[in-house]
Parts: sequence; C-alpha cells; structure tokens
Amino acid sequence: MQYALMFYAEPGHEAELSDAERAAVRAEYEALRGDRRFLSGAQLQPAETATSVRVAGGRTLLTDGPFADTKEVLGGICLIEAANLDEAIELAAAIPVARHGGVVEVRPLVGLR
Amino acid sequence: MLASLAGYLGDLDRAEEAAQEAFAIAAARWPETGAPDNPAAWLVTTARNRAIDRIRRERTLAEKLHLLPAPEATMDEFDDTVIKDERLGLIFTCCHPALALEGQVALTLRALGGLETADIARAFLVSEETMKRRLTRAKAKIKAAGIPFAVPDERLLPDRLDAVLAIIYLIYNEGYSGRVDLGAEAIRLGRVLAALLDDQPEVHGLVALMLIHQARQAARFDGDDLVLLEDQDRSLWDGTLLAAGRAELNRAIELGGGGPYVLQAAIASLQTRERIDWPRVAGLYRRLAELTGSPVVELNRAVALAQAGDPAAALSAVDRLDLDGYLYFHSTRGELLRRLGRDAEAGAAYRRALDLATTTPERRFLTRRLEEL
Repeated sequence: MQYALMFYAEPGHEAELSDAERAAVRAEYEALRGDRRFLSGAQLQPAETATSVRVAGGRTLLTDGPFADTKEVLGGICLIEAANLDEAIELAAAIPVARHGGVVEVRPLVGLR
Repeated sequence: MLASLAGYLGDLDRAEEAAQEAFAIAAARWPETGAPDNPAAWLVTTARNRAIDRIRRERTLAEKLHLLPAPEATMDEFDDTVIKDERLGLIFTCCHPALALEGQVALTLRALGGLETADIARAFLVSEETMKRRLTRAKAKIKAAGIPFAVPDERLLPDRLDAVLAIIYLIYNEGYSGRVDLGAEAIRLGRVLAALLDDQPEVHGLVALMLIHQARQAARFDGDDLVLLEDQDRSLWDGTLLAAGRAELNRAIELGGGGPYVLQAAIASLQTRERIDWPRVAGLYRRLAELTGSPVVELNRAVALAQAGDPAAALSAVDRLDLDGYLYFHSTRGELLRRLGRDAEAGAAYRRALDLATTTPERRFLTRRLEEL
C-alpha cells in the first residue's frame, strides 16, 4: 500500500539543536531517502512563503499565508510504499521531527486503478 | 472461525458474511447428510469458498481477486497453529492503537466476544445506531489504512500487547451493566489470550487480577453500600475463582513476571489471605509506583503503610501527593487523621471527599464515617 507521511512542526523547532545534532538529523532524512520503501518527498519552504489560491465566480482569489493558520505547520511530505499500517508507522516514527515536538500524520493514498 | 476467515480475506465484513452463509448451508444440508468428520474445518472451507465465489461474482471488484492466494483451501491447512495465529492476529487488529479507543472496545466485543451490536450498545449506554456507526468506522479504517491482520513482530509485540491488555482490562472495569456481564466477558477474552500467548507473564497477571477481583464481587456491596475489604464477608467470596486467580498468578511468577498487572494481582492475592501481610503489600505498591509513576498507586502504598501499623508515616506520604481533585485522596487523609486522633482535621477531609463524591454508595459511606467521628 502507498501512504503519505506529512510532517508538522512549529517553525524553528530545530533552532535549539546543536550543529552536530542538526547534522545527525540531516543524515537521518538522507537515510530515509535511501530506504527502499521511499517513493518521493519534498521539504517545504517556511509557511510565510505560502500563497493560498481559490477560485470563486471565475475569479482567482489569493491569500497570503498557509490555508490553516495553526501553530504547527506542514513542513514536508513524503510518499512511501509499505506492506501495511504497522510498517508505515515504523517509518513515520523514525522521522526526526516526530521526536522533536512535531507530528507525522500517516494517510493511506487512494489506490490508482 | 471468524478470525480464520478475517485473516484469510483481510476483511471483517466479508468474513462475517461468509461465516453466516456457511452456517446456513450447514443447517440445510447436515440434517440430511449428517455432519462431516471435521465440522469446524468444513465450515471454514465452505465459508472461504463462498467468499471467493462472491468476490468473483462482484464484477466491479474483480481486480481484488489477485489479493487472494490462488490455490483453494484444503482441509489439512487447518492445523492448530494456523487457527492460533489467525485468532491472535484478529485480537491485535481489533486492539490496534491506530483505532479510536471506543472503536477498539466495540470491535473486540463484537468480533472476539461475539456479542450482538445491540448488547454492546446497551452495555455502554449508547443507542444501537451509535454503536453501529462506531463499528463501521473502525472496520472502514482497518480496511482503508491497511491495519494488518497479523501478530506484530517481536519488536512491536510488547507495546501492542500492552494495548490489548489495556482494552481487556477496560472492558472488565465497565463491569456489569444490564443484560451483558462485561466482567465475565473480559475474563473469557483474557483466558483465550493467555492460552494463545502462554509464555507472556503479563497476560497471566491480568487474568489473575480479574479473577481475584471477580471472586470478591459478591462481597463488595451490602445492598447499595460499599463494603471495605477488611469488613467483607469472606464466606461470600467465590473460592473457585480465587483458586483459579492464584493459579494464574503462580504461572506469571514462574515466567519471571514483574510487570504492572502481575504486581497488582500479587497485591490483590495477598489481600485475600486470612492475615494480610501489609508490609509486603506496601513493598509491592512501591515497586508498582516505580513502574507507573502514578500518585494513585502512592496513595495505596500509604494505606498499606497505615495498615502495617504506621499511620503517621502514611499521612506524611499522602501529604506529599498532588491529588486535590481525587475523592480517595481526601477520604484516605480523613481515615489516617481519625486514627491519629486528629478528629477536627479528619472531619474537614471527609467533608471535602463528600463534596467530590458522585455515587450514592460513596456518599452514604462518607456520611457514615463523618457521623462516627
């Protein structure tokens, strides 16, 4: 099955980490990219750079900022192929943001027929 | 049978449907032909084949066929280990922590306890519609999110087993309500789990704990009034349940158990002895407090200290706890202050407890204590 892992964290949550810790975290994300179950992924620029777009009455309306104005913001996303939810949870739990005060949301993808 | 089918089909609804169909065929056929040599295996095979037929017929779902292993089920697949793993797998699925807690409880009672939805609804004081929705939501998530029908591997097992035990104990503590005796149901589930995971001490510990509690059930109330352990009429205790509980506890200890359920069962067992060894009870509470970090366990340790003859040490332990909103904190303080002859303070503590009491038996008990001062 395919799952999306979505990383939520407070902006600047890594600020307190030492250089060595930050390097270790980077290495862990690199390792995730190397995992055979990893399909694709991306880290997002900070939420201040977001633009929200909607279309009403044929007009395109823009709002500065992310869709949901919450303390924790979406910081990255990755798609994985896992045998089942347990395997997906195991991968999610290994993501550094999950133990640095953030949350990783795991969602199954709609299968393509 | 349901476990076996659910594990095979990866879908609880389909498994239930297939099982019903197989029973219907058996009811029609067996009176004429006689029951087959191995009725259980026959039912499972028939149900599996029916489920496969049904899936084949549903053309829009035809692509699901590749999910089923190709060869048809044969009788000799049904050795004990297969059934055992499938049943266990279903237990871990129903108690998967990715499901809402209320969904886990409902699903466990429905799929493993075999209770009707209406009975589960009655037991939890919700409408049948609500309970149906809970079950549907849980089953839908199992399917959509890919929660496996399998026993977790060794690394995951300790955490997942804790989750299963917590659900069974939660069901036990819902106790008796209306037509459904959830206490007995929880004990039955616990025993099934203990048989399947015979080498896990905490499972035996939980079964022991529930059995020992259950043995004292009849003596815990006098009419509507709560009866303290020391005042309970021991002739009302159920000796068979008590012996069964102690046997489970011994098994847990043989296996080197010392987890929270084993410790609680050991405490409960000591408290059923003719002469209670309170210093030992206090020692077990200390170990339990170290494991759980729970102030409520500390409170119980203090009670044991008082029973061991040191109410002053007990009171100073109690006064270190931050449990102001907890009824038993105040009733325990009241009791300790009374024993130390500090009646005015005891009265204040009992009145504070009375403010927090929500049930009639609790209120009556505390009012009596106040009058006796």
